[in-house]
Amino acid sequence: MSDASVDPEEVRHVAGLARVALDEEEVGRFAEQFADILAYFDTLDEVPEVDRERDLVNVMRPDEVHESLDQSAALANAPETEDGQFKGPRVS
Amino acid sequence: MAENVFITEETVEGEADGPLAGRTVAVKDNISTEGVRTTCGSAMLEEYVPPYDATVVERLKAAGATIVGKTNMDEFGMGSTTETSHFGPTENPVAPGRVPGGSSGGSAAAVAAGEADLALGTDTGGSIRNPAAFCGVVGIKPTYGLVSRYGLVAYANSLEQIGPLAPTVEAAAELLEVIAGVDERDATTREAEAGGDYASAADGDVEGTTVGVPTELVTGVDEGVREAFEAALDDLRDKGAETVEVSLPSVERAVAAYYVIATSEASSNLARFDGVRYGVSGGYEGNWNEAFARAREEGFGEEVKRRILLGTYALSAGYHDKYYAKAQDARAWVAQDFDAALSEADVLASPTMPVPPFERGESLDDPLQMYLADVNTVPVNLANLPAVSVPAGETDGLPVGIQFVGPAFGEREIIRVGSALA
Repeated sequence: MSDASVDPEEVRHVAGLARVALDEEEVGRFAEQFADILAYFDTLDEVPEVDRERDLVNVMRPDEVHESLDQSAALANAPETEDGQFKGPRVS
Repeated sequence: MAENVFITEETVEGEADGPLAGRTVAVKDNISTEGVRTTCGSAMLEEYVPPYDATVVERLKAAGATIVGKTNMDEFGMGSTTETSHFGPTENPVAPGRVPGGSSGGSAAAVAAGEADLALGTDTGGSIRNPAAFCGVVGIKPTYGLVSRYGLVAYANSLEQIGPLAPTVEAAAELLEVIAGVDERDATTREAEAGGDYASAADGDVEGTTVGVPTELVTGVDEGVREAFEAALDDLRDKGAETVEVSLPSVERAVAAYYVIATSEASSNLARFDGVRYGVSGGYEGNWNEAFARAREEGFGEEVKRRILLGTYALSAGYHDKYYAKAQDARAWVAQDFDAALSEADVLASPTMPVPPFERGESLDDPLQMYLADVNTVPVNLANLPAVSVPAGETDGLPVGIQFVGPAFGEREIIRVGSALA
């Protein structure tokens, strides 16, 4: 396995893309573990190119109106609601 | 409960009549149950109560089963030991001090401990077969598309299936019969060509059956596990089966391909957990992105974060072709290999797990070692094939499982062969 560690800055960057906040300890631990795991993923370089023949079929159904959850059931698990709507953080 | 089998104990009575009347079923806690909290073993969903039933739960109720609780699991199905649950680890009821396997460890333990007659688990890379092997029970991972995933909290859609755990192959087949079948709410379900009536296949008759043993799946296996496996093959030969050696050269790349695909799908699936519609809220300080990142820091455990990040990395610009595209090539290669091997044999056999049950805490510090333990089970998910794990004796008093893999929708064949042993 590779003994080079993944750059902690890289871990922070990916965590930012994934919208997961990490503490410093986790960043350090993940940087070390990812070096090993990604070195293992690198063995995929040895995979030959393979013809992917799949019998794929479209599955269609008529676009009909069905009963659905009512508003109160849909909102029941939300941490915050207002006037019958989900309440989320501001967008920017 | 000493073993920490259930996250929520709750009795839901089925309709009186049906093939499962009088039978109790434990349900893995990533399968939605109307009015009963469904946590996925996560702090993120600790308070989540689904407003609807998964299709498989509707079918259980219609079949007259009594649901007795929601079982403990690795958080969002991510783990091989049921130690990553936010609600604490489950203990293996037949091997104290050891893990029950994962991620359906609570479901396997419920059956092994007699807390339920039957159980439902989910299998993305071995999560039904692994705990079945570690707890000495039977588990079936159905062909992809045989069982509806509607109402299953998704981890890696292209790989996972819901399936049964039971004390015997026949009982597992009876439960499979109830949950299998096309569902208009899951467009990936398909009608099995030779569908239905799985229980009648459990006749133990292996006369004239050819069992292929892939050499790659028995090398590197623990000595005691190997002896138990060989004894099970002897048993099958005594009953009239023939064994042949086959080869699956692609499986050496299967675990890497599996973790690239599974983590990539997980990073996308788990993006929905932002603390707005359900789950832990990140509050309203700061902007949208900061609030989401806080909710996800608080709500997710370490293994879940690790996999979301690995998946995000594998899909990010510059790495997509190197990892994700290559993993898809490996997946096609694995499928081809299985096709070739199954043209020489009716079913394939291997040890389910290459090792006996781990001691608790043993694998947590080294995630890569834990990932590698799935080497015999993950190729089956990549190829979308059915497989059953059946008890094959013990090594040093610890359960060993043997796995039989069949062709797509060949459930009857693996049930028949498995039932010769249990």
